[in-house]
Amino acid sequence: MTTDRIFRRIVPAISAAATFIAIAAASTAATAQEAQEQYFGIPSSRVGPYSAMGTGYYGGIIDYLNYVNMKGGVNGVKLTYDECETEYNAARTVECYQRLLNKGDQKMVVFDTLGTPGAYAVIGRMAQDHVVLAQYGYGRTDAADGRVWPWVFNAAGHYWGQIAVKMNFIAGKEGGIDKMKGKTVVHLHIDTAYGREPLPAMRQIAKDWDFKLIEIAIPAPGLEQQSQWLQIRKEKADWVTFWGAGSGMNSTAITTAARVGFPREKMVYVTFGGAEEDMIPAGDAAKGTYVAANAAPGKDYPLIADIQKVVYGAGKGNMQNPDRVGTVYYNRGVGAAVMWIEALKNAQRIHNKVGKTVNGDEFRDGYEALDITDEKLKEIGILGMSAPFKMSCAKHDGSERFKMMQWDGKKFQILTDWVAAPDPAFIRKLIEESAAKFAAENNITPRTCS
Amino acid sequence: MPDFWFFLEVLVGGLLSGTMYALVALGFVLIYKASSVFNFAQGAMVFFAVLSFVGFMELGLPFWAALPVTVGLMILVGMGTERFVLRPLVNQSEDTLLMATIGLAFVIEGVAQLAWGVDVRRLDLGIRDEPINWVMDKTGMLVSQLDVTAALVAGIMVAALALLFSHTKVGRGLRAVADDHAAALSIGIPLKHIWMLVWATAGVVALVAGMLWGARSGVQFALVWVALKALPVLIIGGFTSVPGVILAGLIVGAIEKIGEVFIGPYVGGGIEGWSPYMLAVLFLLIRPEGLFGEKIIRRV
Repeated sequence: MTTDRIFRRIVPAISAAATFIAIAAASTAATAQEAQEQYFGIPSSRVGPYSAMGTGYYGGIIDYLNYVNMKGGVNGVKLTYDECETEYNAARTVECYQRLLNKGDQKMVVFDTLGTPGAYAVIGRMAQDHVVLAQYGYGRTDAADGRVWPWVFNAAGHYWGQIAVKMNFIAGKEGGIDKMKGKTVVHLHIDTAYGREPLPAMRQIAKDWDFKLIEIAIPAPGLEQQSQWLQIRKEKADWVTFWGAGSGMNSTAITTAARVGFPREKMVYVTFGGAEEDMIPAGDAAKGTYVAANAAPGKDYPLIADIQKVVYGAGKGNMQNPDRVGTVYYNRGVGAAVMWIEALKNAQRIHNKVGKTVNGDEFRDGYEALDITDEKLKEIGILGMSAPFKMSCAKHDGSERFKMMQWDGKKFQILTDWVAAPDPAFIRKLIEESAAKFAAENNITPRTCS
Repeated sequence: MPDFWFFLEVLVGGLLSGTMYALVALGFVLIYKASSVFNFAQGAMVFFAVLSFVGFMELGLPFWAALPVTVGLMILVGMGTERFVLRPLVNQSEDTLLMATIGLAFVIEGVAQLAWGVDVRRLDLGIRDEPINWVMDKTGMLVSQLDVTAALVAGIMVAALALLFSHTKVGRGLRAVADDHAAALSIGIPLKHIWMLVWATAGVVALVAGMLWGARSGVQFALVWVALKALPVLIIGGFTSVPGVILAGLIVGAIEKIGEVFIGPYVGGGIEGWSPYMLAVLFLLIRPEGLFGEKIIRRV
């Protein structure tokens, strides 16, 4: 065999081997690359009576995840997600939680039920599974005490803080807290845990300010509210704080208020009932209704404008109706997703895993380390849309500040900057008392926060 | 406002609300009379009908054109239901038909949302859901224009349907079909035409009910749940009686409003949702066929 013949035989063999090695190496690299995908489970509610809220909120979340991916991911880590339809039903939320919990060898790190009933349904098991419950402006209020609830957060403000802000707003309209004495305030609410959630704080405020608080429940679905509003009329209520769910109930409250001649300028809506989709069906009757907001609407925030340009420009937008980009629910969803990503960045940094995926424990640490300043909000492009806040080991809630808005018949007019409760220490005291009671009843030893 | 006038206002409001419930219940009665089946899809039909109506208007059709187009669509839905759901199930048990309507409800809800989207829409019928001024001036009572309109519409529909059932060949055929499918077929009654007609009529009734409810609460998925209001009305009025559901609607409306306003505050409120069902349970114990329902006598 001549050298030439040997060479001719060896070269193709070496080439084949080299090709094989290259393919194998590329495949390994691809597998490694594939491993650097952070998985999120999304329990959306796109159909049914709460679809207006669900499509807007989860549409905002998905658009932001896609936006981050289109910008290169989180330090190179791409974001993936699976959706599961809950129809805003607590039992289905539990089912979706179990279904979404694991994907391949990854476990979900955060879960956002967009609803207090769903949050209550899964809150117990999430600590055992090491998954963060990111209540974004809803859910169990006393979970803001991180010593008792290390796995639960509420970055957008809870209902006790919200009712305190609203009462302060009402007092401002009446001319001061001292002018509240003798007034009648009706808390009109859906007959569920969510509807009753603000009552512990509200009852205490009523006692302290010496106004009459009347609690009136509306059975779901709330498409007929005449008897409740006739009671309100009979009681000659000065103000109504409305805590409804679903645009059917929310818009019916407005039209029924008009039916009994109650002025909409004396109604203050909850964040979850105060969106464009809740006002529009009521037509002109909705004009004048006040709403508390933990995410301000608008398309002009740089991030929202960029999502429109980048995601919708590429035809990858999640909203069936792109005109809804920038609405209250949409922007709130974007705000929630921003906190997930900032927590992921923190987790990567804290645990020296920049460019790598993190697990539930690491993500929890990242969420607890959230320090969202005005500068940070400006850098992200949502200054003014979300309120600045700082989490800590013990404090698992957001800024507890809200913007007050008023519906002008076509859109919301933002009336105030971020408004805080008049006495945040008072709300914090209620939270800690309630959490301590829960801990004692359930044999939980609160962790120590230095 | 003196207590008497307030009581009267609550009562009148309840009676007028009751006509809205009766409108929904009417669709159930029509189908029950023809096929002895409780149509679980009636709420979905209300939602589909009014969503399609608003959808056609969004596509550019004016009110007067969208209405007949939607009526036509509901007739097609009725025909489709007869052809693809009921006809294959002729002579099957009532339980089978009931299950079929549950499936139909899911299909209609899904198709409605797929075709028209899930956005909440506003429906302006040009009737203000606000108090009539002269009633307020004379009595101090607040009576809504929309409620009065709904009562008038319900009255007209009941009168028309009562005439249809008692004075026409179709009505007699319908009653025969309700008694026994096979026997009706054997004497030459065109079962499929009767079913088609009844489902189409129930579709039109659903459209009217949906328009009135949609004008008040917006056109949205929650309208599916108005069927829940019709259940106790049907039990009390009788599943086969058109005048029965009207009277039962009035009773349910009045009882739930008076109960909620005058008893509710003493028991924590929220009784409006279940008090009509309590009344329905009482009726089931005392008079299971309802106020005007046909008494069922079976040989044992």
